[in-house]
Formats: sequence, C-alpha cells, structure tokens
Amino acid sequence: MTSRNSRRNTVNNVMLTLCGICVFVTVSTLFVILAYLIYNGGKSVNLDFFTKLPQPPGQLGGGMANAIVGSAEIVLLATMIGLPIGFFAGIYLAEFGNKTMQFLIRYTADLLNGIPSIVIGIFAWTVIVVRTHHFSALAGGVALSLMLIPITARSTEQFLLEVPRSLREGALALGANKWRTIATVIVPAAGKGIMTGMILGVARISGETAPLLFTSLNNQFWSTGLSEPTASLPVMIYNDAIAPYDDLHRQAWAAGLVLLGLVLLANIAARMVISRGTSLPR
Amino acid sequence: MRPFEEDFKSLNDTLLSMGSLVAHSVQRSVLSLVEKNEDYAHQVIRDESRVDQIEIKVDDMVTSLIVREQPVARDMRLVVAAIKIATDLERMGDLAVHIAERALSLMVQPPLPESINFADLANLVESMVLGSLDSFIKRDPQTARGILAADDAVDKSRNDIQHRLIELMQRDPATVTRALEYIIVARKLERIGDHATNIAEDVIFLAQGIDVRHRVAEVAQV
Amino acid sequence: MAMNQPQPTSMTSEPSQTPAPQAVTPKMRASNVSFYYGKFRALHDISLEFATNKVTALIGPSGCGKSTFLRNLNRINETLRDTRIEGEITLDGQNILDKDVTEIRRRIGMVFQRPNPFPKSIFENIIYGPRINGMLRRRQSAAELVEKSLRRAALWDEVKDKLHDSAYALSGGQQQRLCIARALAVDPEVLLLDEPCSALDPIATAKIEDLLVTIKEQCTIVIVTHNMQQAARVADTTGFFLLGKLIEHDKTDVIFKNPSKKETEDYITGRFG
Repeated sequence: MTSRNSRRNTVNNVMLTLCGICVFVTVSTLFVILAYLIYNGGKSVNLDFFTKLPQPPGQLGGGMANAIVGSAEIVLLATMIGLPIGFFAGIYLAEFGNKTMQFLIRYTADLLNGIPSIVIGIFAWTVIVVRTHHFSALAGGVALSLMLIPITARSTEQFLLEVPRSLREGALALGANKWRTIATVIVPAAGKGIMTGMILGVARISGETAPLLFTSLNNQFWSTGLSEPTASLPVMIYNDAIAPYDDLHRQAWAAGLVLLGLVLLANIAARMVISRGTSLPR
Repeated sequence: MRPFEEDFKSLNDTLLSMGSLVAHSVQRSVLSLVEKNEDYAHQVIRDESRVDQIEIKVDDMVTSLIVREQPVARDMRLVVAAIKIATDLERMGDLAVHIAERALSLMVQPPLPESINFADLANLVESMVLGSLDSFIKRDPQTARGILAADDAVDKSRNDIQHRLIELMQRDPATVTRALEYIIVARKLERIGDHATNIAEDVIFLAQGIDVRHRVAEVAQV
Repeated sequence: MAMNQPQPTSMTSEPSQTPAPQAVTPKMRASNVSFYYGKFRALHDISLEFATNKVTALIGPSGCGKSTFLRNLNRINETLRDTRIEGEITLDGQNILDKDVTEIRRRIGMVFQRPNPFPKSIFENIIYGPRINGMLRRRQSAAELVEKSLRRAALWDEVKDKLHDSAYALSGGQQQRLCIARALAVDPEVLLLDEPCSALDPIATAKIEDLLVTIKEQCTIVIVTHNMQQAARVADTTGFFLLGKLIEHDKTDVIFKNPSKKETEDYITGRFG
C-alpha cells in the first residue's frame, strides 16, 4: 500500500516538474526575445526613429516614419476589407446554412488559414501587382486581408456559438425574426468576444512580412497614394537586417522592438476587453 | 415495494388490527349483556385503552406520511380515510364500553318481566361492523354500499325496541330503571351502526374517490 | 350477511371519463398533433384544448414529450433542425401552423426553464419585445410600458431604482420574473411556461405561482412542470403525458384525487417505473 503510494507520489512529482520546466521555457522565451530586442534596439529608438525618413545606406541616423505610417495604412486597409467579410462569414457559419455548407465553408476557412503567408503574397502579386503593373499598398492590404478573413470568420463563429441557445429562443419567442435576433441579441451578447478575436487577428497580420514582400514592396520615401509602393515595418526589418551595414542592423532591431511593442499593446487591449467582464451569463 | 409503499401498507395493517379489536369489543359487549357474562364486560373495558393507543398511532403515521410523501390520489385517499376510520373505530370502542357498563349494571338487577329481543338489532349491527371492515380490506364499494342501506333497518329495529320498552314502562312503572338501561343500550348499538356506516362511506371514497356522505353525490355529479 | 348484496347505486356516479369541461370556445386547441425529431416520433396524435383564462399544467416524466408539445404551441421547435409537425394547432380557431410565425409568437409568449434575460439593462429587456414588434410610439410610452409590465410581474418595487442596471445583477428568481415581465410586455394572449421554477428556490417559486394566478385574468396559461404540487396548486386542468402520448387530461382536482388512468395514478403517487 505505502509502496504504491510512494510510487504514485514519485510519478506525480516527476510530471509536475516536467510541466514546470515547459512552462518556464515558454514564458522565458518571450522575455529573452524582449530583453534581446530592448538591448539591441533600445539604443536606436528615439524621436528621430518616429519622425525621420530612412537615410541612404552608409549614412548614420534617420528613422522609419514612412514605414510606421505605411504599416498603419496597409493594416488599416486590410482591416477594412478583412474584418467585415470575416465577420459576416462568421455569422453565416454560426447561424445560417445547412450542415454541408457550414462544413465546406469552415473547412475552406481553415485551409485558407493554413496557407503559408508567402503563397498569399504570391497570389496577391499575381492578381494585383501583375495586372496593375506596379507594387502598391493596396496589394499589400489585400494580401493581409486574405489572412485576416479566415481568422476573423472562425473566431466570430466560435464566440457566436458560445451564446446560449436560450437567449436566441428568448428573442425568437418575443416575435423577433432571425436576423433581428442575431443583430440585437446574439451579436451584442458575443460582442466582447468577437472584438477580442478581431484585435488579436489584426495584431497577428500586422507582423506579417512575406505577403508584403512582393505586394507593397518597400519605399525609402513617403508614398503618395495607395497605388504606390509603400514602406512597412516588417519589410523594413527584413531589408535592413540583410543589408551589410551595422547602422541598418540597429535600425532593424529598433523596428522589431516597435513592432513587438505594438503587437503586445494590441494583445493587452484585447485582454482588457475580455476582463471588463464577459457579456454572457457565467 | 419502495419504502414509502411499506409505510402506506403498515398504515393499512394498523387500521385493520384496530378494526378487529373494536369488532371483538362490540361482540363481547353484546354477549356480556345477553349472556350476563361479567368477564366479557371487563375485557371490553380493558381493551378500550388499547384502542385509544392505536388511534394515536394511526394519527402519528398519517401526519408523518403527509409530511414526507405529500400523498396524492389513492395514497391521499387512504390517508384521509385512515384518520376518519380511526376516529369512528375509537368511538365504536367507547360505545362498546358503555354497553358493557350497562350490562354490568343490569346483571345485579332482576330481569324484565317480558323478554326483549335484542338479537336482531345486535346481529345487524355486528354484521355492519364486520362488513365495513370487510369492505375496507377488499376496497369493495359494493359491500360498503350494502352497509349504507342496512342503516335504515337498524334505525327501525331500534325504534321497535324503544316502543316496546316505553309500553312496558307505562304498564309497570317498577321497571323504569331497568327499561331505561335497555333503551340506552339500544341507542348505543344504533350509534355503533352509524359509525360503521361512516366507515363504509370512507371506503367508497377510498375505492372510488367519490363522496357519498349526506347524499351529496346525487346533487353534484362528479 | 344480509347487507352485503349489491345495491342499486342511485346516489353515486362513476369518476369522470370525459375530457375536462371547457369554456365554450377554447383559446387554443391542438388536434392530432404529432412531432418528429428526424425519424424519431416524439409526439403521438395529441389532442388537447386550452380554456380561455385558465391555467393548464402538463406533467409527466422526463422525455415524455410535454416540453416538446409546449414548444410547438408557439412554433419555437421549428428553429431546431430536421423536425416535422403533423396535425393542427389553432389559436382562436385559426391554424397557427400556416400563419406568420413572428405574429404568432407575439400573441403566444413563452418563459423558459432557466431565466434567460438578454445581456442588457432591465429596462432594455422589457422594451425589447414592444420595440421589435413596433408597439412603441413615444419615449414616455416606453417608460410607462416598462413600469406596467414590471408591476404585472410583481417586480417593480424591487427594481424601480435600478432599471438601467444589467439584468444579470438580479437574483435567479428576479430574473425569471423579469422574463415573465418581458413576455407580458407584448400583451400576449397565451403564456407558455416551460418548467419556469425548476432553477428557483421555494420562495421564488411561490412568488411565481402567485403571479400566475393574477396573470391568468388576462392570459391563457400553459405550464410544464415536474413539480406535482405546483400543478396541483396553480392549474385548473392538468394533462398527463407518457412516452409522447397524452394519457389523461382532466380537472386538476380529479387528476390528483382520483385519476381515471392507472398510469396517471402510478406516476403522481411515485410508483412509476
């Protein structure tokens, strides 16, 4: 009896320790990356970084103002295209359609989600860049939105499905039709969850590099419109990091730090939306 | 059988043992009178306290069944009937004691100059008592209805006895003390018959869920 | 024994075998209703009348079809996939199965097993029904309607100072009364209640039972309940369901004092199964 107990205790302790180690590795990775970024990029993050244009290779100083604005532009564009489409597709998935249709759409969305981002970049390049004969923020935005749609659709669907059936029936029983029920009860009930999913989705695509490499390309200067090649932080990091100049490397580190900071900020914002209390009972 | 069903069954059994005790008391009280048997009379008087004990036990069982089971339908009807039947049985036991007491008193007095036939009345009442218990055991409304009908015959028989005794008293005032005792006995027997009738009515309620008291069923069709 | 012979029994009558006596025209009537979940037949030819301004209780063991039947009375079962109904259900003589479903559901309100207030304020919960049904004209009338509905559900005094707080701040019993008030706000002619007290404590249950007695003055009520005493307390007539069939429907008194079917008696006395 006691020997069996002590064996159980041993197994218990070993497994606990194993889990502890894995947790440590997971958590420490984030902090190691953060520390590395701050150490290497912190020196170059200054006012100039946010307000100046990049200097030609070889010259010190300069900033990434155009890339920050460009990134915002492209992500905003992707958001404006991707969120509504993903949102409504999610509503369709959760609320309408028969089982076969839902299965097909869900499966397609998951496949789309699993497509390597570089392939999405090539696709946008073929469809937009080749046709319009130049790289553009528009093409970058479309490429990112293609990534955002399945993420948003699936997360919207998940949160809508979490709304208890009793709420739906409560609205239907009062004489609401289906669309009215969705618009006035179900979506508001799932609102915080859906919002959180959207924020996380946008944070996710704002760090993507591959889809932008052959779509919005890059630009050392301010771009003048959506149809112009446009600088973005991820691509800038990529370009600077492979350039043979220490100063550009430092700029890349700084850009990485800024990008990570923005993504972290978005994550924290999403947590705060959730922690303000879920809108659903219990 | 589930535990609560045992409880209803034991309520039923307790009523039956109370009924048989009371039926014996009624019989013995009549025998003590007719056969001038002192022992029977004393036994009736002794048994009365046992009847009272069982009545209290029935009430306890009923109240705890109501609290625990909140009985409905036939369970509810059994519980309601049980309280009423126990009350009637207890009254019958008391009346048997009264008869036994009269019998003891009459034993020390000379007999009446002419014999009064108590046998018909006593037989009728005894068979009503037994019949009401029988109908309860079988939950048989037909038997119970027979008892309701017999009640009129009891009343008639009691009236006959009373008339003859009154005539006797008028003819021979020396018999008044004894004759009055006999009149009282006849009344008590008739009352026992009334209680047997009540039990029969409760049995009909128990078996069929209808109330036949005071002929209400004729007015309000269930 | 002489008195044991059978006697003619002019003074008695047999227990009632006929369906419960009803008002001249029932508010609702189900005729030969059968219902299928896919291939499974959940209801078998149910015919039942609901008298105007009376409370009808539906009782029976779990899975007997009483809730399924109730949920057909406002066609909320239609929202489930792969279901089919046969037969006819009338409201004031008109078949509800081929009328506009939203209008039917406005006229036949429903309260569910668990309180299901919307994640909105108390005020918004009440006003939801009138709003979607276009019953609101002025702001003022909204406030009046909210007060009237909450009063009808005996909730006004408890919530009048926090109308704009979340409905989730209320206790379970209050939430259920809010749901009743929400249903009453659209002036339904029939109110269906699906085990409305199963998640509530005895005091909250008693409040809702009291409420039903006053609501039935303006409304025909159908209540599904697992609580036999509740049916005995609030219902004028009671129907007993078993295995998708209506076994017996009669005056509540008759059902609980002297049911005519053995299945009914076995169930209500706890000897079922």
